Amino acid sequence: MKAFTYERAATPAGATAAFAKAPGARFIAGGTNLLDLMKLQIETPAHLIDVSRLALDTIEPTKEGGLRIGAMVRNTDLAADARVRRDYGLLTRALVAGASGQLRNKATTAGNLLQRTRCPYFYDTNQPCNKRQPGSGCAAIGGVSRTLAVLGASEACIATHPSDMAVAMRALDASVETVDAAGKARAIPIADFYRAPGTTPHLETMLEPGELITAVTLPKPMGGTHIYHKVRDRASYAFALISVAAVVQKDGSGRVALGGVAHKPWRVEAAEADMPRGAKAVASGLLAGATPSHDNAYKLPLVERTLAGVLAEAKG
Amino acid sequence: MKFDTPATTNPIDRLKVIGKPTNRIDGPLKTTGAAPYAYEQRDIPANAAYGFIVGSAIAKGRLVSVDTADAEAAPGVLTIVTAANAGTLGKGDFNTAKLLGGPDIEHYHQAIALVVAETFEQARAAAALVRADYARARGAFDLTAAMDSAAPPKPMFGTIADTAVGDFDAAFAAAPVTLDARYTTPDHSHAMMEPHATIAAWEGDRLTLWTANQMVAWSVGDMAKTLGIPKENIRLVSPYIGGGFGGKLFIRADALMAALGAKAAKRPVKIALPRPFIANNTTHRPATIQRIRLGATKDGKITAIGHESWSGDLPGGGPETAVGQTRLLYAGPNRMTRMRLAVLDLPEGNAMRAPGEAPGLMALEIAMDEMAEKLGMDPIDFRILNDTQVDPEKPERPFSQRQLNECLTTGAGKFGWAKRSAKPGAARDGRWLTGMGVAAAFRNNINATSAARVRLDKAGVVTVETDMTDIGTGSYTIIAQTAAEMMGVPLDKVVVKLGDSAFPVSAGSGGQWGANSSTAGVYAACAKLREAVAAKLGLNAADAEFVDGEIRSGDRRVSLGEAAGDAGLVAEDRMEYGDLADKYQQSTFGAHFCEVGVDAATGEIRIRRMLAVCAAGRILNPKAARSQVIGAMTMGAGAALMEELAVDKRFGFFVNHDLAGYEVPVHADIPHQEVIFLDETDPTTSPMKAKGVGELGICGVAAAVANAVYNATGVRVRDYPVTLDKLLGGLPAIA
Repeated sequence: MKAFTYERAATPAGATAAFAKAPGARFIAGGTNLLDLMKLQIETPAHLIDVSRLALDTIEPTKEGGLRIGAMVRNTDLAADARVRRDYGLLTRALVAGASGQLRNKATTAGNLLQRTRCPYFYDTNQPCNKRQPGSGCAAIGGVSRTLAVLGASEACIATHPSDMAVAMRALDASVETVDAAGKARAIPIADFYRAPGTTPHLETMLEPGELITAVTLPKPMGGTHIYHKVRDRASYAFALISVAAVVQKDGSGRVALGGVAHKPWRVEAAEADMPRGAKAVASGLLAGATPSHDNAYKLPLVERTLAGVLAEAKG
Repeated sequence: MKFDTPATTNPIDRLKVIGKPTNRIDGPLKTTGAAPYAYEQRDIPANAAYGFIVGSAIAKGRLVSVDTADAEAAPGVLTIVTAANAGTLGKGDFNTAKLLGGPDIEHYHQAIALVVAETFEQARAAAALVRADYARARGAFDLTAAMDSAAPPKPMFGTIADTAVGDFDAAFAAAPVTLDARYTTPDHSHAMMEPHATIAAWEGDRLTLWTANQMVAWSVGDMAKTLGIPKENIRLVSPYIGGGFGGKLFIRADALMAALGAKAAKRPVKIALPRPFIANNTTHRPATIQRIRLGATKDGKITAIGHESWSGDLPGGGPETAVGQTRLLYAGPNRMTRMRLAVLDLPEGNAMRAPGEAPGLMALEIAMDEMAEKLGMDPIDFRILNDTQVDPEKPERPFSQRQLNECLTTGAGKFGWAKRSAKPGAARDGRWLTGMGVAAAFRNNINATSAARVRLDKAGVVTVETDMTDIGTGSYTIIAQTAAEMMGVPLDKVVVKLGDSAFPVSAGSGGQWGANSSTAGVYAACAKLREAVAAKLGLNAADAEFVDGEIRSGDRRVSLGEAAGDAGLVAEDRMEYGDLADKYQQSTFGAHFCEVGVDAATGEIRIRRMLAVCAAGRILNPKAARSQVIGAMTMGAGAALMEELAVDKRFGFFVNHDLAGYEVPVHADIPHQEVIFLDETDPTTSPMKAKGVGELGICGVAAAVANAVYNATGVRVRDYPVTLDKLLGGLPAIA
């Protein structure tokens, strides 16, 4: 860990102003990911701005009939919220499928969105990694890639995004609210929030430097049966090999997003038109353009089979 | 004391304390955090500094230069040790690669430098500033590719490469029913909770190491050899160990680098290995490729049994002895086993819980399941039909005890084996395909010389001192039980001091030899103490009884405290062994049962319940033994379903070098376990009549799980771990 300075922000404006004075600083909330990365020298910020005590820890109804989830709402609290459990069961199920109880007690809504990949090569500073050290290359390509991306990857990076929550948020059409150093607020649909790795896999989201997530909003409830199936070798406390987040309506229509297959939650709205026709049809649209490796080609049939199981479960 | 004739009745047979499910005497210390593990020792010289090791970024090659200037200038840095300034170092007998690399690099994350600083954080930060230039050399990292170059390993610990009985080739060719299958097991990491850790302090030319180590005397010897100092100048203290599983049998980089750092910094130095080093800097269980050929008559009698195994290690290393159990487990007149060792430039392979049998049975016990199916036999019946009560390679040697059949039949009844469908893929519970599997468990018993000293004070307290270690197994407790039984005192009148090279040399903890051997050493010392007590009172020890804190002879009764008097009494002895282990094959047996559910859509495998039935001599403490077995079953479940050190065959290292990437089972993976110990005493093993059990518990587990997965799905996976990607192609079609 590189020595760093630390300050605690009292307000969102204070946090972004602090960043303006210390470019290259990192916001820290629960620290469940960033601290590990700092200990391993994968992230080496010179300055930390603690945003964990900002008054962004409430869940409020929106006038559109949805929910506005403060950026600092802990994963445990979000999963347990009665309104979330009633109207957005997908989100609760995704949250409790992730990490452990202790980690969920610390982890925040915004921090969860900004988790960094669990690609093993990203975690080993002896290895080239374009995400960790732009331009150094990608050791994962041609290496051990069983857990890595089959969709949306580039020749520079085949990392996946590790979040379960974000997959549910993607299926639910959440929107990420932010404020920048100038005090300007904006809302970024989650569909546009994550970048493709392209040639710049170190740039993971559309956030500008110093831009702070203040909330995530959910549109009004969409009903339907909510299922999150996270597939993993170990029964708990493991990242997804793949996951399927689905909302299925009585008429068989619905929506589906995938985790564990790409650098972001993967959703292809056009493929959802095939939901009533079953998993095979949907999967062929969802997985179009896949570029699997020998090690992770299993993810393609796994997605289809898992989706079939989910659709069968939704039918009851 | 020499143990060279089978035990007759002795004070242990009273079973007032031995054989009882006693809570751990060290339990409260551990649950309250008061047991000092290596890195937490408080009785150390003041002013300790912290060390952080820099590991090699390449697997094989040469260190061209190490630039430590920036690191030396970093805040708090006291000194930096590299091969260039460490002086001449030897290599321990139990180490294959050097613990401090350079200029030659033998494996990834081999230590190349140590940064010592005032704080841990400063040492770690400065370590990142050490810049090394390497000349990378080509290495061999792929066992499959290296198979053809593999050669017979030189004999180690009495293990020979090849055995043959009868005419295997002819018998196999002639057999009406045959199996010829290839199995693979991956590299495994010990992944113990406590990483290797050491505090080293020098006082003049005398070195003290507070460390986490299973084998105190071995490690004192190897440290002396490495540093080139007399072993009398080293004290090694290892009272509590947070898991070892064979990974802490030897000195590793933490111990050597702490000693070197403390010498250079002229202060005590503390080092704990960071988690990624556990995979690539320390040892691991080597991967194997195994070929098994079985030939049988149509009614299921094995006529030919052949087992070949390939593994790899660094130059000078040894093989994974995966064929060992096949020399002993089943009958059959025509036999062959063969081990081949390839040179691989991966980190050092070495012992991990039940080396040999654990991966060997992973293969053999699938093969037995496959063969039973070919024969149309129940796999339990097939095993029972091929039981042998003698060493099948040397029929003049009977097994001292062998209750494999009883383990299988007892387990079958308890587990509800009769409900298993012989046809795979036939049982279903909602979305889950369900199945049951069985495997035999086998692990040899080993006895090793072990000494102890016992003191009796005027309060009647018996204090045991031995360098035996407790790696979480319960050594403290069974040693206390042994002393209590021998001296006729309650458990709370016994104090046990372990893990200090100042104490008599014990068998240590490894190879499941610890429990029987170390308690036998305590038995010998206590027998001597009984004589000393009797002699002091002018009594004949042979006629005396030691009961309720007293020695009784005729109508004399004297409390032990009184007998000890102010001066107290001390006795020391060791147990040595004659040739009973040559006359008798001493082994432990068991049967593992497992029921799994496999998600018919996703192929996710979830264990539903497990049962182990063990026959392993006298069980000294059924509670501690059960804990050992359920822990081993859990480890076996990990080997079956998830554990694999993934090799980057280009760069030669284990990629998943943390506990997020190297998955071991969590509670949710292990819903229900039961353990049954069959009544057994083995008078050929020691006066304790006990054998090891801590490794038996892992042997065969993975195959039982794999066989259950086959029974559930009809998909036979021969390459561990059995993960869902290997099932998908064979699962039922989905809507």
